[in-house]
Amino acid sequence: MFWQVVLAIAAAQLTYRRRQTVVSTLGVALGVGFFIATSSVMSGSERDLIQRLVDNAPHITMKDEYRTAAKQPVFLTFPKAAIELTNTKPREYLRGIKNYGAIVDEVSQQSGVIAEAALTGQAIIRYASKDVGASIAGIDPDKERYLTTVEEDMLYGSLMRLRTASQGIVIGRGMSVRLGLGMEDLATVVSPTGLMRRMKIVGIFSTGNLLLDEGQVYMLLKDAQVLLEKPFIANRIRVRIADPDRAEDFASGMESRWGYRSESWQEVNRDFLGLFIIRNVITYSIVGAIMVVASFGIFNIISTIVMEKRRDIAILMSMGFRAFDIQAIFLVQGLVVGLIGMLLGWGIALALLQMLASVEITIPGMAEKQHIMLDRGFLQFVLGGFFSVLSAVGAAWYPARKAAQVRPVDIIRGAA
Amino acid sequence: MSEDRPLLEARGVTRILQDAVPVTLVRDISLAVGQREFVSVTGPSGSGKSSLLYLLGLLDLPTEGQVLVEGADMTGLEPDALAAIRLRKIGFVFQFHFLLPEFSVLQNVVLPMRRLGALGEKQMAERGRALLRELDIEDQAKKHPDQLSGGQRQRVAIARALANDPALILADEPTGNLDSTNSEIVQDIFSRLVRDEGRTVIAVTHEPGFADATKRNIHLVDGRIERDVRR
Repeated sequence: MFWQVVLAIAAAQLTYRRRQTVVSTLGVALGVGFFIATSSVMSGSERDLIQRLVDNAPHITMKDEYRTAAKQPVFLTFPKAAIELTNTKPREYLRGIKNYGAIVDEVSQQSGVIAEAALTGQAIIRYASKDVGASIAGIDPDKERYLTTVEEDMLYGSLMRLRTASQGIVIGRGMSVRLGLGMEDLATVVSPTGLMRRMKIVGIFSTGNLLLDEGQVYMLLKDAQVLLEKPFIANRIRVRIADPDRAEDFASGMESRWGYRSESWQEVNRDFLGLFIIRNVITYSIVGAIMVVASFGIFNIISTIVMEKRRDIAILMSMGFRAFDIQAIFLVQGLVVGLIGMLLGWGIALALLQMLASVEITIPGMAEKQHIMLDRGFLQFVLGGFFSVLSAVGAAWYPARKAAQVRPVDIIRGAA
Repeated sequence: MSEDRPLLEARGVTRILQDAVPVTLVRDISLAVGQREFVSVTGPSGSGKSSLLYLLGLLDLPTEGQVLVEGADMTGLEPDALAAIRLRKIGFVFQFHFLLPEFSVLQNVVLPMRRLGALGEKQMAERGRALLRELDIEDQAKKHPDQLSGGQRQRVAIARALANDPALILADEPTGNLDSTNSEIVQDIFSRLVRDEGRTVIAVTHEPGFADATKRNIHLVDGRIERDVRR
């Protein structure tokens, strides 16, 4: 009953100043629309990039090195003593992950986990008297196709052919163009120790990443071990787990179990992830500014109404309306503008997203046209709506309080 | 309510406006108004007539002294409590009609009933129409205030003051803006409210004719009661 009166008066006053109401509602609506559109572009591109980071490389890579230099035994024995030890010489040891087969077996036993032992190193690919430096990865094709997206990026041939062809390699498109190497050609692979082998191109991939396309070469683990003269040695264990978000925990678990440095994709891409935070701060401050400007519109119209309606406020109070009732009338006006603005804003956002989705961008070096990645999440709409209503009620707060503080006697005395 | 307890009472009411130079609006006013009284308050301009009315109507608070409604002291009550008493027991009529321009005549009359919330939607509309009929303007119910003449608007304002069936009507120069014909109509309405319905009307006026029609006249000079005459 009470709210009926409040609503009736609020609605009457808003419709009485129709044009101003429409303008300030549109202000809110545009704010909400752009808030949603911007944040869905931002969040969409973030998700897309993270997806690529997660898919293109193993979630966790264990390396044949330790995070910190080995301590001298005397420091371990007397951890609290003040010891100075000079002229120590670190022990040389054979690089490589010891007993990698057992580690791979143990890690693989967990559900959803794929682990692969790999040997990486440097080599030179020579063909038609041209040389190109390359990173060699000796891998297991059966597992590699789950660990990275190379298998999906194959232009010709396949990783799987490494298993059937003897002495096969898979190279990137950039390298194939630079050396004039085609499928089934025999290239000479030269190891740092001078070992030379003739190997056949059984696949060409194109990931879009220049570094990989020009410099990465895949071959079987055992071929790499022979070429690099490291028999029975692997220096990487590459792992994919079911839930990429758990990679950090998983990596530190592996590291504490075996001691070898184990890097999660988050650790490797920490700078990227930090960038996202900064980007989000920038995005939301700008979008927030739009909302603030919109709320000034609401502040303006409700202040105007309060100023104009001082007599009505006075008479309502003399009739027996409480200060709270008066405040509620104007807060409801803000709320109504906010809610209508929210609904219109959702419409604007849908239209904007539709437009953005149809935009095609050509990125130099990428063959395919790219679409803007959008996150059409429910969350954006809820957030946008929440902020619009919040800013609208916030903007109405001050004038509504002013209205509630009107002293009817002052107004009536002044009018008489 | 017993006869010896007055409907409205003021005891030593003083109101001082705290300005750079304090202004005394009314000083040490004591009076009692019973049921079925028709009181006019007169006096030269600036004598504190309207100020006294606002104090009696709980719109303003006295600097000193007490106002009692039906024997209950209003001193120290919260603004919300005073608003609740205004809503139920007091109806105001001002020199200007102060109708809300966005609402129709009937909606204006129904507004205080809505705030009180004692009646259903249908009953409120019926009562609103009955009040308008009583004041002979039922045919204007659907119109908006700006489509009415000054006299009609003032009658709507009276109907609104009567909405919650208050025992007390306080009028501040109710005929100040009206021609003589409409003034007489409003006077007659007030007389009828006292005579037929047993309400109490206190009206501030500067028109001798209006004052003569009332049964009791309080004359203020410089914020004090100079005469309090019953006829």
